[in-house]
Amino acid sequence: MEIDPFIFRLSIFILSIFVGYYVVWSVTPSLHTPLMSVTNAISSVIIVGAIIAALSGGDGVVFSSSSIYGFLAIILAAVNIFGGFLVTQRMLAMYKKKKKDK
Amino acid sequence: MSANLSAILYLVSGVLFILALRGLSSPETSRQGNLFGIIGMVIAVVVTFLSVGNFSSGFIYVLIFLAVGGSIGAFIAYRIPMTAMPELVAGFHSLVGLAAVFVAISAFMNPAAFNLGTPGNIKLASLIEMAIGAAVGAITFSGSVIAFLKLQGIMSGAPITFKGQHLLNALLLILIVILTIYLCSTQSSNLFWTLIAVSFLIGFLIIIPIGGADMPVVISMLNSYSGWAAAGIGFTLENTALIITGALVGSSGAILSYIMCKGMNRSFFNVILGGFGATDQTSENQNKEQRPVKSGNADDAAFLMKNASSVIIVPGYGMAVAQAQHALREMVDTLKKNDIKVSYAIHPVAGRMPGHMNVLLAEANVPYDEVFELEEINNDFANADVAFVIGANDVTNPVAKTDPQSPIYGMPVLDVEKCKSVLFVKRSLSPGYAGIDNDLFYKENTLMLFADAKKMTEDITKNL
Repeated sequence: MEIDPFIFRLSIFILSIFVGYYVVWSVTPSLHTPLMSVTNAISSVIIVGAIIAALSGGDGVVFSSSSIYGFLAIILAAVNIFGGFLVTQRMLAMYKKKKKDK
Repeated sequence: MSANLSAILYLVSGVLFILALRGLSSPETSRQGNLFGIIGMVIAVVVTFLSVGNFSSGFIYVLIFLAVGGSIGAFIAYRIPMTAMPELVAGFHSLVGLAAVFVAISAFMNPAAFNLGTPGNIKLASLIEMAIGAAVGAITFSGSVIAFLKLQGIMSGAPITFKGQHLLNALLLILIVILTIYLCSTQSSNLFWTLIAVSFLIGFLIIIPIGGADMPVVISMLNSYSGWAAAGIGFTLENTALIITGALVGSSGAILSYIMCKGMNRSFFNVILGGFGATDQTSENQNKEQRPVKSGNADDAAFLMKNASSVIIVPGYGMAVAQAQHALREMVDTLKKNDIKVSYAIHPVAGRMPGHMNVLLAEANVPYDEVFELEEINNDFANADVAFVIGANDVTNPVAKTDPQSPIYGMPVLDVEKCKSVLFVKRSLSPGYAGIDNDLFYKENTLMLFADAKKMTEDITKNL
């Protein structure tokens, strides 16, 4: 009997929860704010769905009733991707070690 | 691009996202981790373009919208002050939630584009996943908007409660389940819209009763929700990158919520069911009698610190409000020149989001190896000469250890009172967010410095 592809996706999902669990516990508490902003940025990979939705109009039709939602989602996700990664970068650049000669 | 190749590349981008989080285990590796995250995102976007393979005029519009959103995001990222990070993160969560709702709507209206069947005849499993993605996304959106408004101060941070609140929420949740079941059997678009509307309402209702000081938990929780919403959409789109990311973000937010709840010694449900300030009226009234307080000025504080050999700084949300982190660092620099050992003690729930204080201190060029967590530094208070409490309150209240009647009893607190002397910068004697008096104000060795945190710190530096 063939296994439903859903089961494979479910397996990936469950295993990723465990990976996430162990990886996040190892994040140092002083970086919890960057952790939140970076998880924000990566969860905007939902833009993948937005792009598919936006390009679903077919030949000649760019803005159909369904593709408009895709375009709107692209803007939202893009704000998040650029904003999330850049603000994380900005924060992480500030974390410095003690200078010996001070 | 073949479906198998794109699936593998999506997997690669998922793995890069795991490495991005892994990098955050130490500040040295964190920047590299962020780079992995960016590469993962680029791969995911490019692969999507190639696998759709539609480079018609629509593609140009996609790039335009991407550029518009990207510039807005970049602009915000560069302009936002570090003190406003909680608002920013809450705002970003709302965008992820709304994007999930939009993608779900689009997939519902045009399922053929996603290989999910035809309108009115969508595969059952996809429909359920879509409904979950849309509902969780909508809850994330409206909840985050409320959190944002509360953090921004546009909406009062006080909990808003009314009779039958929990019953109403429970009924609405049941309604969502019923709607989903009917949606699956009828495929009616009206039901789909109703489902989304009810979910918006729930998100709104579950956040309004939660008070300002519980915001760290709320933000972490919404972080988690945005992940589960992404995962729901990931199942609909059969996309591994989204499923992996959703699971990562979902568990990350859940862990942060847990850490925050533990930092307040409250159960998750206790926070979510809300109304912290509302239940504490009795204890507030009991402590109304006037007790003597010693107050001093910048000169006294400078004198105390000059004669100390070690000082521990305890920052809190008040420091963020007063934007006092730079002034504080200047004061510490002066202290260090006088060979005084200075370290910083950070309570897990100091500020309005996890790690908020650490970012602010980093912004003010405080080296991160001088900043310590509660467990690391709590024993050092007994050996320190001066504790300088700036903008923190409830997290230093010794009542949490001594008075079982107190609403914060059992909450881990910084043992500030064990220091030889305590300098407490505060604008007035008013209680903190928990609505209870801080015993520390009335201790023999406490000197209250009534002033704006920034101004007081600057004055002390002048007097040193």
